[in-house]
Amino acid sequence: MNFLILSLIKAAVVAFVLMTTLAYLQWIERKVIAHIQLRVGPRRVGPHGLLQPLADVIKLLTKEDLLPSHVNKVFYFLAPFIAVFFALIAISVIPFGTEINVGPIHTAMQLTDLNIGVLFILGLSGMGVYGVALAGWASNNKYALLGGLRSSAQMISYELPMAMAIAAPLLMLNTLSFRHLVDAQGGYYFGFIPRWTIFQGPFPQIISFLLFGIAVFAETNRVPFDLPEAENELVAGFHTEYSSMKFASFFMAEYANMVTVSCVATLLFLGGWQPLWPAAYGSNFVPTAVFLFGAVLCFYHGFNPARSFDRITLPVAGVVFLGVAGIFLVPIVATILLPLFWFAAKVGFILFVYIWVRGTLPRFRYDQLMRFAWTFMFPVAIANLFITGLAVALS
Amino acid sequence: MDAILFLIFAAFAVACAVNLVLQKHPISSALSLVGVMGSLAVLYLLLGGEFIAMAQLIVYAGAIMVLFIFVIMLLNAGSETRAKRHLWASYAGIPMIAAMIAIAAYIVQHALPPTEEVRFGAFQHGNAYDIGEKLFKVYVLPFEVTSILVLVAILGAIVLARKEVS
Repeated sequence: MNFLILSLIKAAVVAFVLMTTLAYLQWIERKVIAHIQLRVGPRRVGPHGLLQPLADVIKLLTKEDLLPSHVNKVFYFLAPFIAVFFALIAISVIPFGTEINVGPIHTAMQLTDLNIGVLFILGLSGMGVYGVALAGWASNNKYALLGGLRSSAQMISYELPMAMAIAAPLLMLNTLSFRHLVDAQGGYYFGFIPRWTIFQGPFPQIISFLLFGIAVFAETNRVPFDLPEAENELVAGFHTEYSSMKFASFFMAEYANMVTVSCVATLLFLGGWQPLWPAAYGSNFVPTAVFLFGAVLCFYHGFNPARSFDRITLPVAGVVFLGVAGIFLVPIVATILLPLFWFAAKVGFILFVYIWVRGTLPRFRYDQLMRFAWTFMFPVAIANLFITGLAVALS
Repeated sequence: MDAILFLIFAAFAVACAVNLVLQKHPISSALSLVGVMGSLAVLYLLLGGEFIAMAQLIVYAGAIMVLFIFVIMLLNAGSETRAKRHLWASYAGIPMIAAMIAIAAYIVQHALPPTEEVRFGAFQHGNAYDIGEKLFKVYVLPFEVTSILVLVAILGAIVLARKEVS
């Protein structure tokens, strides 16, 4: 019973945090892209547009839900559900930090620790294709069908190098459970180089990391591989005919997939919640320093305001940052929050790269995309896997 | 708990399999097959075959069926039209299927040698480690022979798909 209650609480917390992240990820994306393009981005709703995601959710929920004529109704309704279901369920095997031991409560910061967690994620990513493919097919629209076809072909092609890129670090770490993967990446070389997979001997997995990074861009249909929804040729691709909450489901699925693959990349290659350098050199004070810096920045700009309302909003944000910085100094709370901080920092960095790439690179042409997968990524992935296997066998 | 889950997913698998035959549109049939594969994966999981379950999900439900659906969508296959059936086929069909299932059940029950009883949670060697151990130590020759067979198939596919150069 205790287990059931604890699991329910954990599921509620994870679901709430995930949903908030998804909503605000979109705000962050719009802001970052805007600043890359020398615009300011959303800033009408709330201070610096911070309430924009909320407004968007209300807008999407209350919009008219159009049903185009001659669609295949069953699959038309089923497709968004499939997409969002397989995107959200993947978070259940992702661990976010070490164990919590407060009083009588002993639990891992993870919904469930499967000993085949990595395979589970691979399986789900394979199933996610159905949502997109069916949406394109059921919409009874040429553009949508082309988008769906492109998407399935692209995901089939890039799943191969992705799986091979995942296999190489698994050879070294010798487990399929995410929690054990992170444990196997603990410790430091020479006392300061972390034993993350991208640095770990006998064969550092930087190539795998890059291959995995490129492949998941294609798997999540993101720029520069967003051919399934290429606006200038396909209107909006597979979700052309979707409106209101059904459109939002596809949107949510895309962002949830981004979060999931960023978590997987962090866990497989960047050492999960292992800090960048050992606690002996003061890595425990990094969060405090980061938030203190944020607080100082807020106070400085609050007292030299560029706009009139900055006088109020920025000092408030500064006080919040100071409070968070203080929390990281409380020993009991810090043991729980420190791993979370490092995990979130790494995931956040990868998500930022996602947005950064979107603001930087143009879209591939379709034949370039396919040729890149089969004639470059695939051979490199095989060679990398072979060398890794050899190195592991010899060491 | 295990038995309830088994009943749910076994029923779902059978329902999907029946639906696969009954549906007229190829996409509906293909998706029913995905349902069968998915519930089979759950049944493997219940019996302790974790690795097999995930392989079933990734390879069959994921890769192969996506390819099926991709091809069906690419060819834009329409619904089947119902052909006129023989009189005796429409009356004797269902009884004959029932009889065939009954005979098969009888053979499995009585004629075949008795097998060990399967219990949930009794089998503990379905994880990736044990499968790998068996694959690369006990069954290494069949495994390698199979991989050569697959290689030949891949080469055949490439030869067939290659554009003719005149």
